Amino acid sequence: MRAPSPLVLRSWGSRLGPRKCLNSFRQPTNITRPTYRTVASYTHPHHASALSVLPTAVDTSSQEYRENSEQMQELLDRMNGLHTKIARGGNDKAREKHIARGKMLPRDRISALVDPGTSFLELSALAGHGVYEGEDVPAGGIITGIGMVEGVNCMIVANDSTVKGGTYYPITVKKHLRAQAIAQENRLPCIYLVDSGGANLPHQADVFPDRDHFGRIFFNQARMSSLGIPQLSVVMGPCTAGGAYVPAMSDETIIVENQGTIFLAGPPLVKAATGEEVSAEDLGGGQLHSSISGVTDYLAVDDAHAIVLARRSVANLNYPTTTTPLQLENGNGDSLVVKEPLYDPNELNGIVGTNLRRQIPVHEVIARIVDGSEFAEFKRDYGSTLVTGFARIHGHRVGIVANNGILFSESSLKGAHFIELCAQRRIPLVFLQNISGFMVGADAEKGGIAKNGAKLVTAVACADVPKFTVVFGSSAGAGNYGMCGRAYSPRLLFMWPNAKIGVMGSEQLSAVMEAVGRSADPALKDRIDRESEATFSSARLWDDGIIPPSQTRKMLGLGLAAALSGKAEPDVQTRFGVFRM
Amino acid sequence: MTLSSLLRITPRLAPNAARRTSRAVSSTTNTSNTTKPLDSILIANRGEIALRVGRTAAERGIRVTTLYTDPDSRAQHALSSPFAFNLGSVSAYLDGDRIIEIAKKEGCQAIHPGYGFLSENSAFAQKCTEAGLVFIGPPYKAIEDMGDKSRSKEIMTAAGVPCVPGYHGKNQDPTFLEEQADRITYPVLIKAVKGGGGKGMRIASSKAVFQAQLESAKSEAMSSFGDDNVLVEKYITTPRHIEVQVFADKHGNSVALGERDCSIQRRHQKVLEESPAPHLPDATRKDLWAKARAAAEAVGYEGAGTVEFIFDNDSGDFYFMEMNTRLQVEHPVTEMVTGQDLVHWQILVAEGAKLPLTQEEVEERIARSGHGIEARIYAENPEQGFIPDSGRLLHVRTPATSDDIRIDAGFVQGDDVSAHYDPMIAKLIVRGADREEALRKLAAALEEYEVAGPVTNIEFLKTICKSPDFIAGEVETGYIEKHREELFPPKIIEEEVLAQVALACLHRDAVSGARSSAGVAGSTVGFTPSYQERQLSFTEVTVPGSSDGTTFNVRVQQTGDYTFNVEVGGRIFEQVVSRMDQASHIVTSFFAHTRLDTTVIRDEDTLIAFQRGTQYRLTVPRAKWMEKALGLKDVTNSVLAPMPCKVLRVEVQAGDVVEKDQPLVVIESMKMETVIRSPQRGTIARVVHKKGDQCKSGTPLVEFAESE
Repeated sequence: MRAPSPLVLRSWGSRLGPRKCLNSFRQPTNITRPTYRTVASYTHPHHASALSVLPTAVDTSSQEYRENSEQMQELLDRMNGLHTKIARGGNDKAREKHIARGKMLPRDRISALVDPGTSFLELSALAGHGVYEGEDVPAGGIITGIGMVEGVNCMIVANDSTVKGGTYYPITVKKHLRAQAIAQENRLPCIYLVDSGGANLPHQADVFPDRDHFGRIFFNQARMSSLGIPQLSVVMGPCTAGGAYVPAMSDETIIVENQGTIFLAGPPLVKAATGEEVSAEDLGGGQLHSSISGVTDYLAVDDAHAIVLARRSVANLNYPTTTTPLQLENGNGDSLVVKEPLYDPNELNGIVGTNLRRQIPVHEVIARIVDGSEFAEFKRDYGSTLVTGFARIHGHRVGIVANNGILFSESSLKGAHFIELCAQRRIPLVFLQNISGFMVGADAEKGGIAKNGAKLVTAVACADVPKFTVVFGSSAGAGNYGMCGRAYSPRLLFMWPNAKIGVMGSEQLSAVMEAVGRSADPALKDRIDRESEATFSSARLWDDGIIPPSQTRKMLGLGLAAALSGKAEPDVQTRFGVFRM
Repeated sequence: MTLSSLLRITPRLAPNAARRTSRAVSSTTNTSNTTKPLDSILIANRGEIALRVGRTAAERGIRVTTLYTDPDSRAQHALSSPFAFNLGSVSAYLDGDRIIEIAKKEGCQAIHPGYGFLSENSAFAQKCTEAGLVFIGPPYKAIEDMGDKSRSKEIMTAAGVPCVPGYHGKNQDPTFLEEQADRITYPVLIKAVKGGGGKGMRIASSKAVFQAQLESAKSEAMSSFGDDNVLVEKYITTPRHIEVQVFADKHGNSVALGERDCSIQRRHQKVLEESPAPHLPDATRKDLWAKARAAAEAVGYEGAGTVEFIFDNDSGDFYFMEMNTRLQVEHPVTEMVTGQDLVHWQILVAEGAKLPLTQEEVEERIARSGHGIEARIYAENPEQGFIPDSGRLLHVRTPATSDDIRIDAGFVQGDDVSAHYDPMIAKLIVRGADREEALRKLAAALEEYEVAGPVTNIEFLKTICKSPDFIAGEVETGYIEKHREELFPPKIIEEEVLAQVALACLHRDAVSGARSSAGVAGSTVGFTPSYQERQLSFTEVTVPGSSDGTTFNVRVQQTGDYTFNVEVGGRIFEQVVSRMDQASHIVTSFFAHTRLDTTVIRDEDTLIAFQRGTQYRLTVPRAKWMEKALGLKDVTNSVLAPMPCKVLRVEVQAGDVVEKDQPLVVIESMKMETVIRSPQRGTIARVVHKKGDQCKSGTPLVEFAESE
């Protein structure tokens, strides 16, 4: 391909012709290369990609690495224990009772629902953890996550009736709404496995009246349905009062006979109101709703049957099935192999540790997340406390914005520039967040850090591409805004177990309090420390879950697949707000 | 398996046969002007034998015309030739006139009848001759003579061939019969002339019990058949079936191409045939050959024939039973130990040529050819009295063929084994330097022989190959009956097999998903324990339609890409790396302790696995909800068809009260009648199928009323 093209030959001819034509007849076979022209040297593709490969400087035998690794492992073990306990659901008695009724446990229902050989991306497993004094609400009494059903990525929302009868605590409502928000943003069909006693009455004030309370669930269902995002319900237990609207507002509804019930008021309330005595099954059972009222569309014999029906309904959604990223397919439709990172993602434990005072070398983190550890860095040497560049994760092209120190004016400008590029090119953004804030001080203020920081925040807020945030260190102050914190609507936000979130660290906070003339309450520092923990954040749904550092790549891969696989979004082109110059 | 592999001749045979032929043909053309070379033949048969004959014909450049019936239109033999003609109905292979008409019209010079169908029909042979067609077989007169049992015995006795001593006459006087028994010497068999199925049959072991047994036989014959005439014959306690392959030409030459021991039989049909017969003294052997040749010569025989003898293992005596005037199913055994192509010999004889070899030349070849053995692979269920099965061959994998391993098959993967015809799928023939080697090779080849679809006898054949008495050559026709316990051992399904079957099921389902989730297929994400833990249940197959076998539960948890933890029967296999090749159905799994390659085929609810040379059959129990959701009937109150069949008669009607073992329905399958008896006392609620209906295996025939 590097041979001279005919066009080039011709141009030589015309240029050389007049002078050489007399004797050129005798030596026509030898085209001599004019000495004043060079030739482009051929670069092998693997040499070209070597340019982007991130090197590593991690010494796995160093003292620091080993300490970090041990500390992180301790934290991971604690997390594993906590998650395993939560994954059991309610207490043994409640579970046994549930099984004795011939019902499947909610996590088994999900296993049965998703395709074999696929991964279920569970969200916010720690919801409700330690939130309610004296009350244990594992996973907030509801399991949410993205799973593949008949090849279609779906949002699955399953009540856990072994936890407080599946009633809605405020955190349950929040988790349900968050799942719907994710479904809506990513245009994922919703499957509700309903088995709930409705609103938790003692908490009614925090469940019922406000905008983002119980009623919002049905508002979302209606709006999503209107947007062509399918809503399916499988009624596997009671749906009383407001809860009755989950199946009633769905596009298609399946009910399990002699198990699922749907009514606005249950038998006791009916008796109290009208004196009518009626059994739950006659009042709102599967038979009634499938053959008389028409509230449900399919009648199932048991949970397993209902799930088979649900899978069939998904197969009939005529929804795009998930495929590998288009770029990875060659002309023959064969998918190309996704390159794993060159370095072991488990080394992240030893790289980051749990001490946030140490600067975490972010290139080492990126090298363990992206395909082939290849990272095309943008403006490497300018504003180097913010690292920007292009890479692939499980084949999906992404723009990465990662903290490598405090944000200065230059780094903010660079970040805003890079986000503009990605928005223009419709490339999803991944924010790797470890930020204690924007630079402060006279020099910084003189340099206009406020307006430059604002440019970054504007860019982040307005960029209409899928955004993902992973907090791998601290998330403090305005840095949280510039790095796509919760308020900036990333599609998914995950935290590492070592991560901390808060306006500022507890020490600084105490210092500030003292400076403004108030002696800090000694308990305050402890409280702030506790409230900055990742578990505290995750329990309140300030994030979508705590993840093991080594699985960041998988999580982002699944998130990207969910964001990019669904029904094509209307062609949204980002319009940025005014950048203050 | 491709068609060409079916048709490939054993290379061992080809060069020898070719060399000899050229010599034989040239000599005959020089010496005789009666030779009439054939260049177009019609094969009036189906299945493997039609292909077998076609193979030799094709090698000789002879055009082959084949026939087929409606159910056989896609059968391999029908597809093997561009000249294939439809006879129509199922039984039309017996329509001689039609076949002769086609042969004439197509310009065929000869008809090869194969075995079965018209092969021993003297009228057909005569019609062929009259129509100017060469019938590749003996003269019709010889067929006629040998077809008549009493006539054939007369001829044999006259020719000095020993027959089973007995009295078959009209005189039924008890004293006279006893005299006859004395003459025959005890033990003797008293058999009703109209008898069958063991009814009216008694053995008198000594003179003392003769009269009592006679009376008992006569009374049973009277009540069963309304005729108490009996015959008396020598009873042979440990009989063996030994037969001699003979060939004769039109020039008065005859040869015996060695003997075959076909003692391993079930339902009076051969399963394993071998040559030479084990533990046969050389003198007896030579005597058998001589007597067989004498028998052939006595009837003016031409072509291929088999003289069957019953051999008394206790006394070493043998007696003529009958002569089969055709090429037999087991002829490849003789081909293996003589290096000859018998179909070619048939053609040569039909052309009027002399036999290619003399008796001495044959014996010389037999002396250095070792041992040949043939196993017949049937679609049948040995565990249920060898009842035939039918259906589509979902998967066929055969051992690699070589000089010493030959497969004559009539089917390839994807073909249907029709319930209308013989259920033989293939013949596996091996040769070894001696009997031990031949048996080892047979066992090894059987382990590589995989057939999924209908139930086959391959597992049973493997068991026989390992049966010590068989290995020792202690064969007799009652072998299978006598070794019943040893030959039907309880089946053991290892945990690894169940694990492999479970993984195969999941692999098959995961195809669509795995590709799409690019790299994170099934692995655990986050801290939460995996959502990919599933339980699969399998039931051991006992009787089709029933589900009373042991049920096994297998728990599979996917922990990563192609990585699984499997728990079965209290054993846990961790981090099993497993993949499945969807095209070959092979699951390859690396367990901590070993690697397993298992072929797993699914046919609706039946799973067939082949692992390390053993076949396993399992069923998938139906999910609890299916019965109710699909309105499936509980079949415990029904009597099910044990095999694909046609209802011949219905003996009961709705409302009847029946006793246990009372006949309910008579069915026919593979030309065999079976009486379906009541499993219990009860009232018939409904007769599901009426006379003439075709039923699939496992369909209800009769339903009982709910017991009060």
